[in-house]
Amino acid sequence: MSEMRNYTLNFGPQHPAAHGVLRLILEIDGEVIERADPHIGLLHRGTEKLVESKPYNQSIGYMDRLDYVSMMCNEHAYVMAIETMLELEVPERAQYIRVMFDEITRILNHLMWLGTHALDVGAMSIFLYAFREREKLIDCYEAVSGSRMHATYYRPGGVYRDLPDRMPKYLKTDSRSDKEISAMNENRQGSLLDFIDDFVKEFPRHIKQYDDLLTENRIWKQRLVNIGIVTAKRAKQLGFTGPMLRGSGVAWDLRKNQPYAVYDKLEFDIPVGVTGDSYDRYLVRMEELRQSNKIIGQCVSWLKANPGPVMSDDKKVTPPKRTNMKDDMESLIHHFKLFTEGYSLPEGEVYKAIEHPKGEFGIYLISDGANKPYRVKIRAPGFAHLASMNEMTKGHMLSDVVTIIGTQDIVFGEIDR
Amino acid sequence: MQKLREQLEEIFEGADLVSAYGELTLTVDSANIIDTCLKLRDQLAFDTLIDLCGVDYLTYGQSEWAHDSSNSGYSRGRSAQGGEDRHQQRFAVVYHLLSVSKNYRIRVKAFVDEAEPIIKSVTDIWASADWYEREAFDLMGILFENHTDLRRILTDYGFVGHPLRKDFPLIGEVEMRYDEELGRVVYEKVSIEPNISVPKVIRK
Repeated sequence: MSEMRNYTLNFGPQHPAAHGVLRLILEIDGEVIERADPHIGLLHRGTEKLVESKPYNQSIGYMDRLDYVSMMCNEHAYVMAIETMLELEVPERAQYIRVMFDEITRILNHLMWLGTHALDVGAMSIFLYAFREREKLIDCYEAVSGSRMHATYYRPGGVYRDLPDRMPKYLKTDSRSDKEISAMNENRQGSLLDFIDDFVKEFPRHIKQYDDLLTENRIWKQRLVNIGIVTAKRAKQLGFTGPMLRGSGVAWDLRKNQPYAVYDKLEFDIPVGVTGDSYDRYLVRMEELRQSNKIIGQCVSWLKANPGPVMSDDKKVTPPKRTNMKDDMESLIHHFKLFTEGYSLPEGEVYKAIEHPKGEFGIYLISDGANKPYRVKIRAPGFAHLASMNEMTKGHMLSDVVTIIGTQDIVFGEIDR
Repeated sequence: MQKLREQLEEIFEGADLVSAYGELTLTVDSANIIDTCLKLRDQLAFDTLIDLCGVDYLTYGQSEWAHDSSNSGYSRGRSAQGGEDRHQQRFAVVYHLLSVSKNYRIRVKAFVDEAEPIIKSVTDIWASADWYEREAFDLMGILFENHTDLRRILTDYGFVGHPLRKDFPLIGEVEMRYDEELGRVVYEKVSIEPNISVPKVIRK
């Protein structure tokens, strides 16, 4: 019998399970992976270079486009870095709004992950259910910022505007009867907060639905249990953060360990895994959905009870009121200068990290005292996770590569930057 | 953080230690980087390398309004600058370390020279350094000694130059198009003009 030699297989970049533009060069012995070499950078847009060429506020939009399924969380790290250097106080209401939207974003991200991960492994229907709930949260994004994805809602000093007191409603169409439309609009009668409140009450029922479909599903368990095991020690070595680290049994969460915004005033738990396999990471993320829902509920009740400003009154970074600009020359000049030249940060450097849905998302900002950043380094969690691809897939079957890509929750916007 | 600072002062005697915005920065000689990192990992429990990046200090503190447009009109309120060499060495490699077990962070900085931008690789100390060092090499052109696989990572196959260097133009150096006659993609010199939409200003 002639000896079989290893062969090389090209996976992606146009493969639906590659989550975007991942190109994997796999060295395979039969169906067992010997070596995996991810080729990344196909979505490289040079964000760090572009940011250097623009005043601070004009780069908030670039942050949305990094990890394009958890937009507002990216903004949060960036504005926090600027606020730290300016020593800017952020009003409490703005902090609560930020935390609420961070958690909405976490649910958005995890639903996206759940849907695509299940789809890769072979469960079609969960994707449709996950996107049904995503739609409602995307509507919240739209209500508050006007954009369904790239919000640019967080600004240094607070958030762009206060929460709207009306929720947009569905309009009559030819394909839907009046009865259907009014049923769809039933939870949209009040303010945005009422709508979110309604979502928070409903969502545990939906999580239960996903749970019923997957958690004890035989095929799901066969595909996930004991796939891609990472020990706690190795996870730290590899720079894992977020659910990837917690799945390996390390209780590490920046919201608890190094609290920012108002996380220290909120009550929630940190789920951790035991074995560090894909199934544990699945369970961790599912529990995070419940915890995020709990946090949103607490924020809604606080926000309903405590009206107040949502933007710092530091005139250096906040634009003047529109009405003042109509008849006050100074306001007009102020507006013009703020949106052309921008503001300058003091000389120095800062690293600010947040607990992003995927792990630790950090912004390392160096300022030389100018109106533009001197250097911005974006620490993307997915970059470190994908770097471990070779180690995680070694010895597994070809079909498990898809599971491992799914469990890492990869989004190329942040990895390639 | 105060405790960490004391411990650091004990282990690294006479070290260049700065604290600002609640963060500690330790600047070390690039020749001692391995020794420093080993001490940080083994004695102070910095178990995770969160980030590694290169910084190019070529145009640090220089504004893009190179000269005053008029001698008699209004001043632009710029601070005096230029001439002063603020950084002896052009590049810095910056390590962000995190201790999950002790819950603290530190930033380690090592400067390398423009003529010989080489520093020892820390891949043996933290496995996550592998891709970060590839990225710093790709974007900044810093070489890492003893790195086993120092290939480009983010830029295109066959890319020339290091895009995050300050002397690399924002518009790039080449542009790409499909050539009908040759039947393949060709690279040409960029045809667009460089343009600064908002000049960099440093005010006092």
